Amino acid sequence: MTVSNPEFEADCIRRILAGEKHLFHDLIRPSERGIYFLLLSLLRNEAEAEDAAQETAIKVYLNLKNFRGDSQFRTWVLSIARNEGLGRLRKMGTRREDSLDAEIDDQTGDYTPAILTSWREVPSETLERKELGAILRQAIEGLPEIYRNVVLLRDIEEMDVRETAAALGVTEGAVKVRLHRARAMLQRDLAPRLKGFAPERKGLFGWGA
Amino acid sequence: MRIDCKRVWEHISAYIDGDVDEGLRAEIDSHLETCEICSAVLDSTRNMVVLVADHRVFELPAGFSKRLHARLDKQLERAGP
Repeated sequence: MTVSNPEFEADCIRRILAGEKHLFHDLIRPSERGIYFLLLSLLRNEAEAEDAAQETAIKVYLNLKNFRGDSQFRTWVLSIARNEGLGRLRKMGTRREDSLDAEIDDQTGDYTPAILTSWREVPSETLERKELGAILRQAIEGLPEIYRNVVLLRDIEEMDVRETAAALGVTEGAVKVRLHRARAMLQRDLAPRLKGFAPERKGLFGWGA
Repeated sequence: MRIDCKRVWEHISAYIDGDVDEGLRAEIDSHLETCEICSAVLDSTRNMVVLVADHRVFELPAGFSKRLHARLDKQLERAGP
């Protein structure tokens, strides 16, 4: 997680605008991951997302004097990234079906979780096994766009509700509802598949239970 | 009054984020003490939230940062903001 530092950012911006252009590298670095993954979520193509991320960074640089400081710098950057991504989707004429119908937030869906009677924790170290990461990525990529975007910013980039709402141009209430639904969908999809990754429970004499 | 499982599920995400008021939190806590199913649903959801937040799950493509800053350098040489 990259914590934003408004004082560093304000100082950096002032100096860049005064001519210390090279400082832009330091200013944009903490936002790189967020920019890329937001664009990947929208465009669903690595090469396109990378190119769009570069364009976004350039647009941020060229428009730096327009940053008012009334939102967090990263929020402003991510809204530029989102516009870049949406502009490309429009140009390609491929605003996908899932993004169209998913704009309706009050759609009824079954958000019943996977019912389990016990859960053994899968520790983070298990991610050393590449297939676990692949299963998690696949599940997130399979979410409809509006849910995927929110999971990406809230749970992966660990942005707060306000920042996420501002970056996506939706209300804070919508962020909470979407995150709830997304997590329920992920739990239902993943819980049965992740069970096999939990460490063996040792029996009384050190044998597997 | 005892709340039912469905009501607990409705608030699981907010509960994980610490975004439920005290009264509701107490109701959910007391439900969880005796409900194996809701405890497992909560634990598995929370576990999943922790796992997806790990930076090993979503890594930037190799060389992404280097290419980004190289392109920025070209722009920085050209024009100021």
